[in-house]
Amino acid sequence: MTTAAVPRTTPADAPSTPAGAGTPRRGRRSPLASVALHTTLILASVIAVFPVLWVLLTSLKPAGYATTTDFFKEPTFENYTGLLRDTPFLTWFGNSLLVAGFTTVLGVFTAATTGYAVSRFRFPGRRGLMWTLLITQMFPVAVLIVPIYNIMSGLGLLNRSAGLVITYLTIAVPFCAWMMKGFFDTIPREIDESGQVDGLTPFGTFFRLVLPLAKPGLAVTAFYSFITAWGEVAYASAFMVGDENLTLAGGLQKFVNQYGAQWGPMTAASVLIAVPAALVFLFAQRHLVTGMSAGAVKG
Amino acid sequence: MALHTSQSVPKAPGGTPPGGLRRPGGLPAPVRLRRGLATHWYAWAMVAPVVAVIGVIIGYPLVRGVHLSLTDADERNVERSIGVNHLPATYEFVGLDNYADALTGDQFLSTLGWTLMWTVSCVTVTFGLGLALANILNRRIAGRSFYRMLLILPWAVPGFVSVFAWRFLYNEDRGFLNKLLAGGGIDAVPWLNDPTWAKFSVIAVNIWLGVPFMMVALLGGLQSIPGEMYEAAEMDGANAWQRFCHITMPGLRPVSTTVILLSTIWTFNMFPVIFLLTRGGPGEATQILVTQAYKFSFEISPRDFAQSSTWGVLILVLLMAFAAVYRRVLRTQGDTW
Repeated sequence: MTTAAVPRTTPADAPSTPAGAGTPRRGRRSPLASVALHTTLILASVIAVFPVLWVLLTSLKPAGYATTTDFFKEPTFENYTGLLRDTPFLTWFGNSLLVAGFTTVLGVFTAATTGYAVSRFRFPGRRGLMWTLLITQMFPVAVLIVPIYNIMSGLGLLNRSAGLVITYLTIAVPFCAWMMKGFFDTIPREIDESGQVDGLTPFGTFFRLVLPLAKPGLAVTAFYSFITAWGEVAYASAFMVGDENLTLAGGLQKFVNQYGAQWGPMTAASVLIAVPAALVFLFAQRHLVTGMSAGAVKG
Repeated sequence: MALHTSQSVPKAPGGTPPGGLRRPGGLPAPVRLRRGLATHWYAWAMVAPVVAVIGVIIGYPLVRGVHLSLTDADERNVERSIGVNHLPATYEFVGLDNYADALTGDQFLSTLGWTLMWTVSCVTVTFGLGLALANILNRRIAGRSFYRMLLILPWAVPGFVSVFAWRFLYNEDRGFLNKLLAGGGIDAVPWLNDPTWAKFSVIAVNIWLGVPFMMVALLGGLQSIPGEMYEAAEMDGANAWQRFCHITMPGLRPVSTTVILLSTIWTFNMFPVIFLLTRGGPGEATQILVTQAYKFSFEISPRDFAQSSTWGVLILVLLMAFAAVYRRVLRTQGDTW
């Protein structure tokens, strides 16, 4: 038994790969149990991967064969070339990029100092603010969509990217503040104290010492709010009309509607939307849960 | 965790409040406010942007929304511009009529019933599967990181893309699932066209989307349970099930209470799955509160803004009540969440 010296891990820095870091090496598993475990995992992985894989495979088939069950059938890129040539896909992509990008930048910049203040200081109103941040995250789309729609329509911002960015900030700002609080909590308080001893103001401490250390946290927060804006459906469907103003979530609906489905371009578009997001996601995901649950648990 | 701002102020040059550092208790209000400003001004300055943004883009629309829910506003009587003509709002205040209608009518209650069923079944199954997979992945097992990466994939793909992927698989005439069944000699299943099957299908998709988050969060929780505890329990003769019940579950508590709360709120408000998969149909069979409220204001004619806002406010009240009760229950059980 070698577990006596196993270091304790916390959710904040839980390693994912070192086998058995949190598990003691108990008696050997029987071969039967091993087979059962692997079977379960393989089954679960197949279910998890298959729909995505199927879309990828379909996108490589000629459009006429989209609904065949063969895994490969005359592989071709014609869905992709057709998508880029004949549909406003690139415009939608650009719109999504613009909206999600601005939302992220504005959200992170607005929320960073708040995350820090809520993490470090006790001040009158802190509790109320934390509750507000928490509760605004439960806001259903339904409660804000109508008034925002009417306000935007009054301001002439319907169907404009700016209107959608402002709308998305209602989601991004509370979320970013909450998540960054979680990250700042993991940065040792001694660092702040050393800064203050050396004569930095609280702002100086934050901008010169804490913020550079929190860069990974900021990156993850930014990434997550980008993905949220990238995948938002309700506001985008309601506010944006007309082919050249749609974001991807609205655009994809054009391919599949009650009148029929163009699976060829739809699957090709899906792949082009999903691949970059998925790649970055797989790099960033380890920190995602940490930030979110740390923020929530430590309250 | 958090430091009293008043403790760190003296260390900051120029920030020393005038007139000593005693706590301001018992002083007249204006003095207390001045002291408060002197002591906490930078904390307040740091939170000011978020407070301003929340006030303007969430607070104001929220007030407008609550106000709309007390009126008979619809597409025809709100303020609007037709060409160059500007028409003022002509809707009227109707008090709580909308709420009375919603709460006594069948539509809200039956939609609420299905929404609750949808939320409970999604959250319990997602939690169960996530817990099982997390436990397996927490063992020493060959190819662990590889499995983990595959299992996370549904979370990594943007939700609306996955939903369309499922719609493709569910297609009644030519979808993969029915072709698979046909290969086994089974009749085509109307995945999205029969009320009962459609309910099953949307729940399945939401579970598929939700398991990876649950699994990763619970895995993090499992890894924070010290191995010595299992060892000690084993020494005392606890079997695997007992170890699971008395070490794993209590050890996971901080994480699981949080993810269950989050997951419940997200599922309750899960717009894209229903909207993109079935649009609430067939009929209104899979319509949850959020999608129905959306339908009132954007899909029917004339658009019924008042009713939509009413439903929105009711959803918010329900969720806040749930969060409050949940928190209270946890507290009576000894958690300091």
